Amino acid sequence: MKGSIGTTGLIMNEPLLWEKGREGRCGFSLPRRDVESVPLDRELIREKLEFPDLSEIDIVRHFTRLSQWNFSVDTGMYPLGSCTMKYSPKTNERQAGREGFVIAHPLLPSGLSQGALRIMFELQQYLAEITGMDAVTLQPAAGAQGELTGMLIIHAFHKMKGSQRSKIIVPDTAHGTNPASASLCGYRSVPVKSNEQGILSAESIAEIMDEDTAGIMITNPNTLGFFEENTGEIAEIVHADGGLVYCDGANMNAVMGIVDMGRIGIDLMHLNLHKTFSTPHGGGGPGSGPVAVTKELEPFLPVPRVVKERDKYSLIEDCPESIGRVAAFHGNFGVMIKAYSYIRSMGPENLKRASQFAVLNANYIKESLKGYLHLPYDRPCMHECIFSDKDQKPAKVTTLDMAKRLMDYGFHPPTVYFPLVVHGAIMIEPTETESKDEIDQFVRAFRAVVNEARQNPDSLYNAPNKCKVKRLDEVAAARRPCLTG
Amino acid sequence: MKEISELNLPDNVRYTEDHEWARIEGDKVRAGLDDYAQDQLGDIVFVELPRIGDTFKKGEMFATVESVKAVCECYLPIGGEIIAVNQALEESPELVNKSPYEDGWFVDIRPSDSSEMDRLMTNEDCMERLKGAK
Amino acid sequence: MRYLPHTSEEISRMLQVVGVDDLGDLFSTIPEDCRLNADLNLPEALTEWELNDHMDALSRDVAVAPDYRIFLGAGSYEHFIPASVSHLLARSEFVTSYTPYQPEMSQGTLQAIYEYQTLAARLMGMDIATASHYDGATALAESLLMAIRITKQKRVAVSRLIHPLYRQVVKTYFEPTGFEVLELGYLENGTTDITALDDIDELAAVAVQSPNFFGCIENLQDIGEKVHDKKALFIATFTEALAYGLLKSPGAQGADIAGGEGQSLGISCSFGGPALGMLASKKKFMRSLPGRLVGKTQDLEGNRGFVLTLATREQHIRREKATSNICTNNSLCALAAVMYMSTLGGTGIRELACLNRDKAEYLKKGLKEAGCIIPFDTPTFNEFVFRFPAGGEDAYSRLLEKKIVPGLSLDTYYPELAGHYLLCVTETKSVDDMDALIREFKS
Repeated sequence: MKGSIGTTGLIMNEPLLWEKGREGRCGFSLPRRDVESVPLDRELIREKLEFPDLSEIDIVRHFTRLSQWNFSVDTGMYPLGSCTMKYSPKTNERQAGREGFVIAHPLLPSGLSQGALRIMFELQQYLAEITGMDAVTLQPAAGAQGELTGMLIIHAFHKMKGSQRSKIIVPDTAHGTNPASASLCGYRSVPVKSNEQGILSAESIAEIMDEDTAGIMITNPNTLGFFEENTGEIAEIVHADGGLVYCDGANMNAVMGIVDMGRIGIDLMHLNLHKTFSTPHGGGGPGSGPVAVTKELEPFLPVPRVVKERDKYSLIEDCPESIGRVAAFHGNFGVMIKAYSYIRSMGPENLKRASQFAVLNANYIKESLKGYLHLPYDRPCMHECIFSDKDQKPAKVTTLDMAKRLMDYGFHPPTVYFPLVVHGAIMIEPTETESKDEIDQFVRAFRAVVNEARQNPDSLYNAPNKCKVKRLDEVAAARRPCLTG
Repeated sequence: MKEISELNLPDNVRYTEDHEWARIEGDKVRAGLDDYAQDQLGDIVFVELPRIGDTFKKGEMFATVESVKAVCECYLPIGGEIIAVNQALEESPELVNKSPYEDGWFVDIRPSDSSEMDRLMTNEDCMERLKGAK
Repeated sequence: MRYLPHTSEEISRMLQVVGVDDLGDLFSTIPEDCRLNADLNLPEALTEWELNDHMDALSRDVAVAPDYRIFLGAGSYEHFIPASVSHLLARSEFVTSYTPYQPEMSQGTLQAIYEYQTLAARLMGMDIATASHYDGATALAESLLMAIRITKQKRVAVSRLIHPLYRQVVKTYFEPTGFEVLELGYLENGTTDITALDDIDELAAVAVQSPNFFGCIENLQDIGEKVHDKKALFIATFTEALAYGLLKSPGAQGADIAGGEGQSLGISCSFGGPALGMLASKKKFMRSLPGRLVGKTQDLEGNRGFVLTLATREQHIRREKATSNICTNNSLCALAAVMYMSTLGGTGIRELACLNRDKAEYLKKGLKEAGCIIPFDTPTFNEFVFRFPAGGEDAYSRLLEKKIVPGLSLDTYYPELAGHYLLCVTETKSVDDMDALIREFKS
């Protein structure tokens, strides 16, 4: 049987595309040639392109088999902290797949693209309402590009004020993208520690805020799963020295309809449509990272901007203060449609309930696993809770070992080793779309893994056992990189 | 990870607080990363070394060492000109794990001021410092 | 609400475990003065039926084929996408998974991206390609920043025949950095004029697009040699990746980095996004690449497997010293591209590329015969610039009324070419479609 394609009987082995191809096959119905061939200078023509030739069934089986090696939200609970793997409703895919949207050309005259522009305009309004901000751009293609857009706006703001600044405050609990985005704008990140409650204290900001600091990037709720209660006071300190307050709104899914970001002094923030607004993650993208700002910062938003005048939607580019474009066209419109559909399907009450249930689920897990895993901050959390492997140290079992073992129980592991402030962090975010039954199963599985860690650690070191492959050698991959076949 | 008692801190090299080592070899000084640092990093996958002819002051960053999920900056234990780099690390970065003081050396330096060596720690100082940190 | 599974009984049992009385109490850590005092002012929830009607109406308020004949390209191309590609791409194991951080549970995405990287590198004629970026414009901006990191110089030069919107994105990315972006003009034949390079020093990179924004095929080989004489890196960018099914690749012509748009490879226009930023380089620049990379390795039993690798370049490890802040790759778009490229195969992609060019030549010839002006005589791929015949300046609005969009006006982007339009013809345009446009000028 060795070398056979059968494994469990359902998961098949599958070679690489070029190991499978046979010259002379074709999987494409080439359009009928209704024009003559026109010769081209041989100097301009390439050598034969080494693409494998495959028939349609070859390709269909290839990618179907590959898909079956993936865990997904549609397969089961995917409690990656900070990633918000909530269910992606199917009707959103149907709406985004409508012919009029799919083949719409981005450079159509406004008069010929009213339906698309209206979706963008209304989505901007919805996101402004949900955040409590005044204006929104949908152009950034992802959360990290939203951050960059935010930093560019801060940079442009200070430039307009005539005094460029060199620093930006970034808490130790921030996503790695925050300092990286700031440094793309030439800002030096000034780290600040969170307090013993896992949040920022106003005093620690007051100590480092000065007139050479452009602003602060606060993730709220933060990556420890806590609401930054002192944001209002912090904003006052930052504003007093002429700085701006940026909010990484990746975790907005915890506080929709509950917190007013405008009211607590946020000047600008990004949202992740692929987290809070249910659009699928696609194995790493495409996402969408709209940026919402106050009235004061609206002139800096990227162009083109979608506006409405007398029932007509149009794109305007004449915005002298604008930071310019961050995408060739209008951003990830295909993703925007899905978020729009989600908001229209949910309505205001259900969006609020989604946040309430997300927080309920996280706190329920926190209480259910407390006593099994070390809980570094034992206080009410928002949408996610953070444990560590401290109690497993004596058995020499690590967070990674437990994560890999969870796979054998049919769950995708939580986020591991993030945030960095918790050594061996295990960050669990169930999202509101997991039921109590599903969560109870997850809790039972995690408890079983913890018991195994004590009684039979070997079962963890060798995990996973049931996946398509055993534990992979990441060291060899990085030492002698092989990036193409 | 190793217990402190398991660490290999030979007495024929001097140590910095950032866990680089330096050893006088004739008129040059050889430098690398000590056993504690390589153990903390785990499997080393890449070492970025300076170019021959570059000069650095004591304490300047001269190399970076990478494991799969971490990057460590290395600071030169003694100022001077780089006169040789360990080419073998390009193909075999694991030498830093296997043989931190011999095959896994980083660079040879022509020191601008040999007396800087005296300000580095002995293996005993280094051990005391590690115990203190624990 | 069908997405929220909680029953009231479950809610009360869960609240009990948590130790609070009602859902509102879960938010006790949020101070009063941070709260939203009113209900969200959003439209009431729609049923699925109502949503269908609403979205159907909106989608009909956009001009698309077959109702309209649209000859627009300029960075977004309508190509035929086989049903097999759309079908496979909709598999929810691909659609609803995350970035493959846990490789044992993500081998499908990882192998597919490795296959994408391989075919993308072959298409561009480069050693290695990244797992993808947001779009062509940001891939170009990141390529230029990468060249600055590698060469440690402060200045880049970009051709004015690079897509004007890409140059705007580059400008946005460079604005706060203090690095300088210079522009190279163009010659009468519609290709880049590189004579100005002689007077520029401290140059990190020169970027040229081919086929360029006017559709003209640039002589990358000659430009590359001159760039290398200046000790700068040569970056080739592109908006129409399908062209390399027929034309010499950037790598074969000496490019150090290739960065551009792969939307043509099985991804729909979708009003401009999502798209596919393609980025590739010579192997020696591997550790300076921004973005995700997938590498081949083995598992404990020696079986082949794939992982995200060289992560130490990236933001989650190197933070402010990372090669970029990007953490996305447009994975699903890269997946579409690898499905599309393997569906075409080596033979199919050449045939399709030839057909695109031949159709564009047919239209070009027809318009010329009908009195339109074709200002540049350099060979083109599937786009070219033209001007209405003398006296036909009102033709654009007249054609719109007849549901024909005759390309993109160059007035805004190239004022010196006022009255000129950029036309695009792909395999989706039939002879009938093209004749309909030509007829308008014959009459």
